[in-house]
Amino acid sequence: MSIFDYFRSKKNSSASLAKERLQVIVAHERGIRQQPEYLPKMQQEIIEVIKKYISIDNDQVKVTLDNSDHCSILELNVTLPDKG
Amino acid sequence: MAEIIVVTSGKGGVGKTTTSAAIGSGLAIRGHRTVIIDFDVGLRNLDLIMGCERRVVYDFVNVLNKEANLNQALIKDKRNDNLFILPASQTRDKDALTQEGVQAILSELAETFDYIICDSPAGIEKGAQMALYYADQAIVVTNPEVSSVRDSDRILGILQSKSLRAETAAEPVKEHLLLTRYNPQRVEEGEMLSIADVEDILAIPLLGVIPESEAVLKASNQGEPVIFDESADAGQAYSDAVARLLGESVALRFVEAGKKGFLKRLLGAN
Repeated sequence: MSIFDYFRSKKNSSASLAKERLQVIVAHERGIRQQPEYLPKMQQEIIEVIKKYISIDNDQVKVTLDNSDHCSILELNVTLPDKG
Repeated sequence: MAEIIVVTSGKGGVGKTTTSAAIGSGLAIRGHRTVIIDFDVGLRNLDLIMGCERRVVYDFVNVLNKEANLNQALIKDKRNDNLFILPASQTRDKDALTQEGVQAILSELAETFDYIICDSPAGIEKGAQMALYYADQAIVVTNPEVSSVRDSDRILGILQSKSLRAETAAEPVKEHLLLTRYNPQRVEEGEMLSIADVEDILAIPLLGVIPESEAVLKASNQGEPVIFDESADAGQAYSDAVARLLGESVALRFVEAGKKGFLKRLLGAN
C-alpha cells in the first residue's frame, strides 16, 4: 500500500466487494438447494389450478418456502390481473 | 480400516491434483500406507504430477472391467515405499465408472492401505460425484477468488446430500477447507479475499493455507510433489496441513505479508 492509497477506506476495496457479492449469491443458492424436491412440481400444479379460474401468467405466481427454527412457512403469492 | 479422503473443489485449476499429490505423499512420509486414485477418467494428470507417467501400464478402468488386477495397476512411488498411485484411464470417459465397480476397488484397497486419497475431476457431474461418494473426509480446495468460493459451496452441498454418508444418514463427511494460491500481500492491500472472509462464507474448518508459490510450478515441471521440497514455503505449508489432518495442532505459516521497508511502503513498490 503506498501513501496514495493510505486514506482509501478498506470498505471500498475489491476484496470486500467480492465478499459482499459472495455472501448474497451463496445464501441465495443455499436457499434453493434446501428447497424440497417436490416444490417446483407443486408450484406448477398450483398454477394450473388457478389458471382454471383466472387467466394469469406463470410469473404472476410465486411460491416460496421459508424455514425458521421451529416451523416452515409455505407462502403463495398470486398477482391477479387488473379488472378490465 | 482405511480412511477415504476426497480432494474436491467444483472449479477446475484450483490445485486439486497438486493437493492430492502433496497430501498423499505427506501421509506416506509420516509412515501411513497411502494410495492416491486419479478419478479424472479421460484427462489423467496425477501420473505427471507424481512423475510416474511412463510407468503406467494398467489403469483404474482396466481394474474395474477386470482386465487387470489391482496389483498390476498400482504404481509404487520411487521416493516412498508407503506410497502408491492408481492412474485414471486416458482413453475412456467418466461413464466407464460404475458405483459397484468403484466400491469393489475401494474395499479391496481398504484391506491393505491406511489412507485412500481420491483426486476428483473438476465439475459436479458423474466423475466428481463418484470420487466423493464413498468419502469419510473431504478436502475442499479453494482459491481466494469469487468463482472458486461459490463452486466450493456448491460441492459442499453435494457432499451433504449425495454422498453415501448423507444418503444413509450416517455421520456426515468430515469437511476441511484448504485455501490455495493465497497471496498475503494482496490480501493486505484489500485486493484478495482473506482467510477469514472465505471461512465466513463457507463455514467449514480450515485445514491449511498454501501460499501462491513458484515452487508449485517447479514441482510439477519435475514430476515431484511439492511437499518433497522441504525448503519451499508451499511444501512446508502442505506438511503443516498433513499434520493437522492427523489431528496435530500447528500454527498457520506464510499468511502474513513480508515486512517492507519504510521507503518501499511509502512509494508503494512491490
